Amino acid sequence: MDNFFAARSQMALSLGFHIIFACIGMVMPFFMAVAHYIWLKTGNEVYRDITKAWSKGVAIFFATGAVSGTVLSFELGLLWPKFMEHAGPIFGMPFSLEGTAFFIEAIALGFFLYGWNRFNRWFHWFTGVVVGVSGLVSGILVVAANAWMNSPAGFDYVNGQYLNIDPIKAMFNEAWFSQALHMSIAAFASTGFAVAGIHALMILRKSHVTFHKRAFRISAVFATVAALLQPLSGDISAKDVAKRQPAKLAAMEAHFKTEEKAALILGGIPDEKEKKVNYAIEIPGALSFLAHGNFHAEVTGLDRIPEENHPPVAVTHYAFQVMVGLGTIMMLISVLYYITIWKKKSWLEKRWLLKLFVIATPMGFIAVEAGWTVTEVGRQPWIIYGVMRTVNAVTPMPGILYSFYIFTAVYISLSCIVAFLLYRQISMVGKLYDHSVEPINAI
Amino acid sequence: MLYVVIVYLWAAILLYLLLGGADFGAGIIEFFTSRNNRGRTRRTMYQAIGPVWEANHMWLIITIVILFVGFPKIYATLSVYLHIPLTAMLLGIIARGTAFVFRNYDAVKDDMQKVYNRIFIYSSVITPFFLGIIAASTVSRNVDVMAQDFLSAYIFSWLNWFSVTVGLFTVCICGFLAAGYIIGETDSVEDRQFFARKAKWMIVSAVLCGILVFLASFKENVPLAEWIFGKAPGIFAIAAASLSLPFLWYGLTHGKAIIVRLLGGFEICMILFAVTYRHFPNIVLLKGGGHLSLIEHQGQEKAIVSLAWALLIGSIFILPALGYLMYSFEKKKPREA
Ligand code: HDD
Ligand code: HEM
Ligand code: HEM
Repeated sequence: MDNFFAARSQMALSLGFHIIFACIGMVMPFFMAVAHYIWLKTGNEVYRDITKAWSKGVAIFFATGAVSGTVLSFELGLLWPKFMEHAGPIFGMPFSLEGTAFFIEAIALGFFLYGWNRFNRWFHWFTGVVVGVSGLVSGILVVAANAWMNSPAGFDYVNGQYLNIDPIKAMFNEAWFSQALHMSIAAFASTGFAVAGIHALMILRKSHVTFHKRAFRISAVFATVAALLQPLSGDISAKDVAKRQPAKLAAMEAHFKTEEKAALILGGIPDEKEKKVNYAIEIPGALSFLAHGNFHAEVTGLDRIPEENHPPVAVTHYAFQVMVGLGTIMMLISVLYYITIWKKKSWLEKRWLLKLFVIATPMGFIAVEAGWTVTEVGRQPWIIYGVMRTVNAVTPMPGILYSFYIFTAVYISLSCIVAFLLYRQISMVGKLYDHSVEPINAI
Repeated sequence: MLYVVIVYLWAAILLYLLLGGADFGAGIIEFFTSRNNRGRTRRTMYQAIGPVWEANHMWLIITIVILFVGFPKIYATLSVYLHIPLTAMLLGIIARGTAFVFRNYDAVKDDMQKVYNRIFIYSSVITPFFLGIIAASTVSRNVDVMAQDFLSAYIFSWLNWFSVTVGLFTVCICGFLAAGYIIGETDSVEDRQFFARKAKWMIVSAVLCGILVFLASFKENVPLAEWIFGKAPGIFAIAAASLSLPFLWYGLTHGKAIIVRLLGGFEICMILFAVTYRHFPNIVLLKGGGHLSLIEHQGQEKAIVSLAWALLIGSIFILPALGYLMYSFEKKKPREA
């Protein structure tokens, strides 16, 4: 593995790790706020227990998200100093605002986690909402920074110089809206399905069914609404990509030849040497329609793009198929769920419905990782699209490989510990929240 | 607007030293506490630091963001040449940040607690040690942008006696800050005396390490004495810091939490002022006489202006909320549900 590849791998690993915790940190506060609200309104203690149980899990995820985020803000410079030297001042606006959002989030979290029984109940509830809102805002801001890398704006690039910087224009670049929308919905879908899946499993195991049923209900509603919206927002994203990054779209679709009435390719194995896709199902005209809203439109293929600017086709294509495939499955599960709620109440008692949710537990997060792979690998070989190449941004320090190994080991151990802690939290639900045994203490 | 940004940068570093430092210090105190007393130390520390824990390390992030938005050249240079100590510090931050939360939120309290404690304690010592090394390396003229070989570019940039002694000094300061801060949080006289003793120990070690720093600075040809005593404000700051020491000692002996906190903060503020004042605006001194300056190497005007506004507007939201957070957990005892 050379230095450059090691740096890319380390960046991908750190981001891929952070995003899971970031999604949970953004979304769980909303789930808690709902449970908390129902408790305050109805006085039903199960909801207080749900809020508390969730908030302990969230504290663990938060800490891990916060440290991995701190690592990222250094890694941008440690691994890509040439990129940051030029990009920092331009795309720094969202990061400086994000600082405020994180800060508010961290403060509100302090109030929320340590504030049980200390404050007015509604003030305490409100701090929980603030945690969620500021988390969401910070997610949107950081995605706006990433969108700038896809669709650079807010400066003039003249003879290798970055002139006339306008940080506000840079922040509201062409890609920010579609990406931020898609990402926010994805966070709800992925976290929602993960949480619903775990509670569904506990219901199937018949442990503390009242508790888990109510927790399931809250998370499932968030998850399914998001999963229904996700393909719509994905369609906006795809049209956007077709406009601003034809090379990425071509790689996503493994679309080698420019043509009108382009076919949508499902599955298949792209052969980058022969420039064709084997064993694929083709739907004529569908790609033209998805990319440009017209079955006859011309879709740029990789043949129009100079070879040295091609992104890796196979990885991008597979990742895209995985994301869309899982998105479709999650959407279908959601449709079933609403049919159940509105028409077939009796299905609610059926095990197969819960089993579906259990199977879907990891789907959202796999789709998130796949989606980011599409975005990031599809942008290659550019770090700033059309302006700076990733190779030219990497640190001159040799031996990044070792740093990659160390961080891999750290992230693997952290994941194991977090999984272990979560398992313990869930298996303790019985002891901690069983009112027939003993009263609960404050956290 | 540049000066607004510089003031924020300085303040963020100071606050990280004070609040983040007290936070690291919690682990350092545990490190120097006998096994029997650790449980008590831990409980008091947790109550005091828990609520502000997430907020403390935000100062570091703000520092980094100010550097890369406002002074990208400085951020990029430091990231390249101090890659190794920065990575070491990051690993420390990961380890202690997660261990601290894991041990409090593990639903089962069993032998895993020992593992978390051990990780927390060691990483609490390692992190400020490397933080000190990084800070010292920025001014020790060992960062060599012309270096051709690996050792002089990436190792000797930070590995020398001066940096190492500053690292130790930072560890002592953090320990002192934690002990001094906790005094105000204790309920019993016995606890108070316990932490006052710790704080005194830390002061003594800090003074000793300070002397080592001076010795090392002679050996490494770092004109530390000249920086501090070369100009009146530097002398004044150090004099003020030294003169306040006896009062601090008095405060510790008599358990006067307010005096200890104020003077402790004042000491750190003066030390930071003394070491940064003299070579302002050159915050990084390079091998061979070059430097990186906050004025010459500032980013483009628009970037600085929008950064300054972002910071100013951000403070309007953050400071009152943070103040209220600290106030509430200080003054309000839990109400009955
Ligand atoms: C729960 C996760 C999830 C699901 C079910 C989907 N996506 Fe997605 N997708 C993401 C999670 C995601 C993501 C991880 O959040 C990305 C990466 C960057 C971004 O903004 O969102 C993304 C990126 C992304 C992009 C690239 C955007 C860019 O590079 O700017 C496109 C074109 C789509 N998606 C399209 C879709 C379509 C047509 C879907 C149909 C079902 C779909 N996504 C489902
Ligand atoms: C959190 C979700 C994200 C994930 C999972 C992710 C994933 C990845 C992956 C897989 C790569 C390696 C691509 C390759 O080299 O082939 C990469 C590179 C990179 N990403 Fe992202 N990314 C995410 C968000 C972001 C954001 C928000 C930013 C910046 C604001 C960013 C900045 C970078 C940079 C600077 C690189 C290195 C240069 C490059 O390879 O282009 N990423 N990321
Ligand atoms: C290059 C990319 C990124 C950088 C530099 C970065 C930086 C950070 C930092 C410094 C923190 C710690 C804040 C604290 O202490 O509370 C953090 C946490 C967080 N990040 Fe990231 N981040 C990146 C990618 C992302 C992405 C892609 C998202 C979401 C879409 C995201 C969302 C969050 C959220 C919500 C938190 C709050 C803490 C938590 O929920 O655990 N970040 N990030």
